[in-house]
Amino acid sequence: MTAVTASRALAPIGSAGKLFAFALDVARGLFRRPFQTREFFQQAWFIASVTIVPTALVAIPFGAVIALQVGGLIAQFGAQSFTGSASVLAVVREAGPIATSLLIAGAGGSAIAADLGARKIREELDAMMVLGIDPIQRLVVPRVLACMLVAVFLNGLVSVVGVAGGYVFNVILQHGTPGAYLSSFTALAQLPDLWQGMVKALVFGLIAAIVASYMGMNAGGGPKGVGDAVNISVVVTFMLLFVVNFVMSALYIQLVPPKTG
Amino acid sequence: MGVDIKIEHLTKSFGKQLIWNDVTLTMPAGEICVMLGPSGTGKSVLLKTLIGLLKPDRGSVIIEGTDIANCSEKDLYEVRKLFGVLFQDGAMFGSMNLFDNVAFPLREHTRKSESEIKKIVLEKMDLVGLIGAEYKLPGEISGGMRKRAGLARALVLDPEILLIDEPDSGLDPVRTSFINQLFVDLNAQIEATFMIVTHDIHSVRVVPDQIGLLYHKHLAMFGPREMLLSSDEPVVRQFLNAQTVGPIGMSEEKDADQLAAEKDMDLPPLPPIPLQLETSNGIPRKSQRPPGEWCRLNGVTPPPGSFRADSILAANASSKGEV
Repeated sequence: MTAVTASRALAPIGSAGKLFAFALDVARGLFRRPFQTREFFQQAWFIASVTIVPTALVAIPFGAVIALQVGGLIAQFGAQSFTGSASVLAVVREAGPIATSLLIAGAGGSAIAADLGARKIREELDAMMVLGIDPIQRLVVPRVLACMLVAVFLNGLVSVVGVAGGYVFNVILQHGTPGAYLSSFTALAQLPDLWQGMVKALVFGLIAAIVASYMGMNAGGGPKGVGDAVNISVVVTFMLLFVVNFVMSALYIQLVPPKTG
Repeated sequence: MGVDIKIEHLTKSFGKQLIWNDVTLTMPAGEICVMLGPSGTGKSVLLKTLIGLLKPDRGSVIIEGTDIANCSEKDLYEVRKLFGVLFQDGAMFGSMNLFDNVAFPLREHTRKSESEIKKIVLEKMDLVGLIGAEYKLPGEISGGMRKRAGLARALVLDPEILLIDEPDSGLDPVRTSFINQLFVDLNAQIEATFMIVTHDIHSVRVVPDQIGLLYHKHLAMFGPREMLLSSDEPVVRQFLNAQTVGPIGMSEEKDADQLAAEKDMDLPPLPPIPLQLETSNGIPRKSQRPPGEWCRLNGVTPPPGSFRADSILAANASSKGEV
């Protein structure tokens, strides 16, 4: 009885360990030749094609909401001229990586999990191993790298579209002046903000692709198993990404001093 | 050509569920072995253990001196080059057309030129009757065609061991007969060791040299075809003759009441043992033994009417009648 309880209680640790071991396998596969260049570009193109439009559509209201909230708040303090600065800070530091993570996990990750899951239940992965090909090196590594690359670009896209959306709302709806919005850009924001946004996106892409690949490759029990794998992969990725986002933000604030004056 | 597979004390369980316990057998080099068993007795699991896709809890699988169950990943990938495997649904790569699928092992493991590859691929596709479908995607063809394409892919590297998972599922009786004939001819031609997992009693009676039966979490019997076909062991007898009377029930095993009710029922007489399937050119296979040899050597009287040219039909009719 105690053994059963203990094994139940420890099961999540076992899953986390297996996921980590899988990540190490992927890291090892990264250095094995020949690198699958074609698969990498195909996957990058595929992930980009399923994420670009939704990302842009998410980024516009995201930037607008921040402009509305921050703009209203800042007007009460009488510091309207800093609206642009606050908006840039919020979009580049947080909204960019968060929107990226949502789309990478929701659109890119679920597509990866579904694809690998379908291959798993059709025994394609087994056949590959029997033919002497390691599916991690052949299929997972290119997907992880493609996901990271696309995540970085998506982050840039969200930043640009979000800031532009904020500009439109601030200038047209809140009657801010274009000059004040643009000139205050660099008042609080600084270059490291951009770097940390990109690093976050890179890490989010990595986590999303690894979790999705792991869940897909371990799908079982027919078509329902694939559905479950996709579902679990999206949920787990969301949770992981939000935690990692928090940790990275906290670290960043500790490590990089805020800009003054 | 062909290598033998030695399985010793193999045990496998998933969590608490034991699949099979202490399986020990040797598949002789170059012979056709068939593994039988009621649904869910872990025949496919055994097949996957043989190629190292699943690790057994205990025991060893020895092929050319390498223990597949306990060797390093590098050795495993090396030993796997001896294998050709046909999975249940063919396991074709969905993103490639049939030609690329069949050419895949050649492109990965050999340095052959594209024209040589084309020659070999077309030859294997001709062998399984898929000429004309080379540029179709696996999603566009029927299950039986996928299976035949999978067989072509398993054959391109001239394997020493061919593992085949349920070749007859999803095939019509005519195609099943053709594929059985193909196995026999292939065995004569490449002399590889064949291991076929199947349910199809008719194929089992005529194709293999050796038969194994997995039942109730263990290997009930493994040996020459004539030994199992003339066996009085209730499980073997029931399964090989597709009868309802016997220890196997709808759900794995029958309970005591059912067995007691059947106690007085006589088992129907054993049907005659049919002749083994010949190669299509009539030249006997290396591993083929003369009909009735095992029975003679071991002093077993085969059921009346055995080893006659018309006994295939007789066996067919009797098994149909009893189902």
